[in-house]
Amino acid sequence: MTAARLLGTVALTFLGLLLVTFLIGRVVPIDPVLAAVGDRAPAAVYERVRIELGLDLPLYHQFWIYCTRVLGGDFGNSVMTANTVLDDIKRVFPATLELASVATIIGVALGVPMGVIAAVNRDRWQDQVIRVAGLVGYSVPVFWLGLVGLLLFYARLGWVAGPGRLDVAFDDLVAPVTGVILIDSAMAGEWEVFASAFSHVILPAAILGYFSLAYISRMTRSFMLEQLRQEYITTARVKGLSERRVVWRHALGNVMVPLITVIALSYANLLEGSVLTETVFAWPGLGQYITSSLFSADMNAVLGGTIVVGSVFIGINMLSDVLYRLVDPRAR
Amino acid sequence: MKRTALLLAAALAVASPFAAADAATPKDTIVMAKQIDDIISLDPAESFEFSGSEAVGNVYEKLIAYDLKNVSRLYGQLADTWYVGGDGKTYTFKLRQGIKFHSGNEMTAEDAAYSLQRAVIMNKTPAFILTQFGLSKDNARDKIRAVDKYTLMIETGQAVAPTFFYYCMTAVVASIVDSKVVQQHDQNGDMGNAWLKTNSAGSGPFKLVSWKANDAYVLERNDNYWGGSKAIARRVVVRHIPEPATQRLLLEKGDVDFARNLTKDQLDAIADSPHIATQEALKGSILYLGLNQKNPNLSKPEVREALKWLVDYEGIEKNILRGTYKLHEAFLPQGFFGALADKPYKFDLDKAKALLAKAGLANGFSVTMDTRNLSPYTDVAQAIQASWAKAGVKLELIPADGRQTLTKYRARQHDIYIGNWGPDYQDPHTNAETYAMNEDNTDNARSKTLAWRNAWDIPAMTAKTKAAVLETDAKKREQTYLELQREHQQSSPFIIMYQQVEVSAARKGVTGFIMGPSFDNNLYHAIKK
Repeated sequence: MTAARLLGTVALTFLGLLLVTFLIGRVVPIDPVLAAVGDRAPAAVYERVRIELGLDLPLYHQFWIYCTRVLGGDFGNSVMTANTVLDDIKRVFPATLELASVATIIGVALGVPMGVIAAVNRDRWQDQVIRVAGLVGYSVPVFWLGLVGLLLFYARLGWVAGPGRLDVAFDDLVAPVTGVILIDSAMAGEWEVFASAFSHVILPAAILGYFSLAYISRMTRSFMLEQLRQEYITTARVKGLSERRVVWRHALGNVMVPLITVIALSYANLLEGSVLTETVFAWPGLGQYITSSLFSADMNAVLGGTIVVGSVFIGINMLSDVLYRLVDPRAR
Repeated sequence: MKRTALLLAAALAVASPFAAADAATPKDTIVMAKQIDDIISLDPAESFEFSGSEAVGNVYEKLIAYDLKNVSRLYGQLADTWYVGGDGKTYTFKLRQGIKFHSGNEMTAEDAAYSLQRAVIMNKTPAFILTQFGLSKDNARDKIRAVDKYTLMIETGQAVAPTFFYYCMTAVVASIVDSKVVQQHDQNGDMGNAWLKTNSAGSGPFKLVSWKANDAYVLERNDNYWGGSKAIARRVVVRHIPEPATQRLLLEKGDVDFARNLTKDQLDAIADSPHIATQEALKGSILYLGLNQKNPNLSKPEVREALKWLVDYEGIEKNILRGTYKLHEAFLPQGFFGALADKPYKFDLDKAKALLAKAGLANGFSVTMDTRNLSPYTDVAQAIQASWAKAGVKLELIPADGRQTLTKYRARQHDIYIGNWGPDYQDPHTNAETYAMNEDNTDNARSKTLAWRNAWDIPAMTAKTKAAVLETDAKKREQTYLELQREHQQSSPFIIMYQQVEVSAARKGVTGFIMGPSFDNNLYHAIKK
């Protein structure tokens, strides 16, 4: 695909995404002026703000104004937070990035080996246990699991810190560079802050990681079963290679290509922000931001968030393309 | 499953050495867990939400304030003395001398004049509290002026009850800002609004360090505070913790000193905790039902009255609200000048059935109620649904997000709305205006009072309410409000049920949090641990 075609596809994807989100935001039966001025505003103030927000214009005109402003790099201001949407996203996205990344590391580090073990021990007790664990991961509400996790590991055992990203004593101690506290504190050599941030992120990340683990382990199992039936596996065994080498090197090596897509999609899902986990753990991330903005009909914020989510999906898809080429010589 | 649990536990165990060894908050820092996602600005000329008012109330001061224990007593905060001229329209405030803002600048009448002019000229949501006195963008600079360095004069458009004017001057919108600092941060003629949303320029016991929307605000002690209420704690951190269950865990663990939004069930659960104490304060918010008079059944006086007899007021208070609301049946909350304490209604099925029969609805009727999908609205609505069913009234609940139900209510598209309403300032006119005034009942009316929202056309009561605000004789004025409330109780399409009690839970040993009748007088300066 030429660069121009790629760019065109990306631009069209964004336009479609924005249009759909914009229309959804406008048909939601919530008055956007209310979010800006509150229930008590006199008629004159209400009317002035309605015009300031451009709500007196036809829908297509409002959308056109928004698109031209975005092209000029202006994402507008959020009505709810009084900041520019870009500033808000710079603040909330790193929080989600931090949580999603640690969760994905946990999900991959545990999910892939579990999938392999399940496939190798098909229908034996190891397989059953891992499949049940996956099923539980799919079916237990994250909200409940988050609260129980907090109760057990934070309140009862005291192994981890509570909700929020940092202990109050460490607030504002490290100047934000990337916004990801684990990285910023490590770069600044503030290891106490790092420890506090790690202690705060590990529980919500483990809960989210469990959900991603459930998905990754099931998919890994299914890909591995497919590979283990192939003739080259039999050949490898006949050649006298150790079972460990056959499974972990040959079979898993060939599973990596579809697995990268699975992991990438799971990571992208987490990067959208998990509203419920963010609510339980008071994690000021993108999911909470977009949801609360939508409930206030704060369209600049919702559309800004949508662009970020869209970019994440497109970016991760491109990244997984690059990774394919690295792991699969045929794709080079 | 077992293996996964073990692996998860192992991952968490890796983190355990990182967990804080001592969960207690720093000694000189007070940490609160609170829902603060309603804040949209911390500029006192703009802030009008509960959480924003609380933050602003700790950072800024006004010319006059009311005694939190006896609201009818006003005292000078930044003003030393004040009086109204013989024409009833010219108010003079003599300011205290030697008061310093956070910046170190001295507070003068120029600052006071600028602050009030600014609120009127910017004309944000709470500006109506000042503009209702005939002040406008065009005349603010003439009508509000510094006569000399320590004397401020304000001319109102017409003579009103002086207490009405004074109580409005105790509202957050009348906070005094440091004019020099604010003017330095003017951007494109915005009178410093963009800057003041997230910064402060006041004279109160705290200054604002930061506010990150939906995350936290941080206040720091003003070490140069001029007055007697100097803050004890060096910092107050108010963290946005949306989930009440999480607030409770944090409080029990000692990671926060206060949890501000515990539900009634959680309050019950911590009632016997040796580590937690609760305190409460009666607020002005009133929980009520609004019956839309566009609905032909609800517009019948007998039906309105019957529905008032069909609410199990005591049962709901005892079993559902349990300490978070108190029975109250008049539009002026207890503690207000002229508030009526009468509670004429209780659950009486026979009386209600007789009234429905008189209205030609002996077999009942069907009606809907728009209900915020939040506690306690849903619980109260379900209890009402059950008690109305006994008289054959089939109540269908329509649950939705708060802003969605409000949008519908403001468009007069509801049958019945369950909601609460808090006063805007401490004078009785604030609630009288919304519950008992409707100057134009057409759909395009400019003033959308609660009476309008329920399409209740009341020219006579509107005239009486308007007259009450002009009455300068305090006794007569009080009498008028009592009469208005009695009449309102009998004939209005409002079923006024409860007055809110705000409950705050704190770690034992953390004392001094002052909870006043309004959210801007929830004060932090005396908190210590």
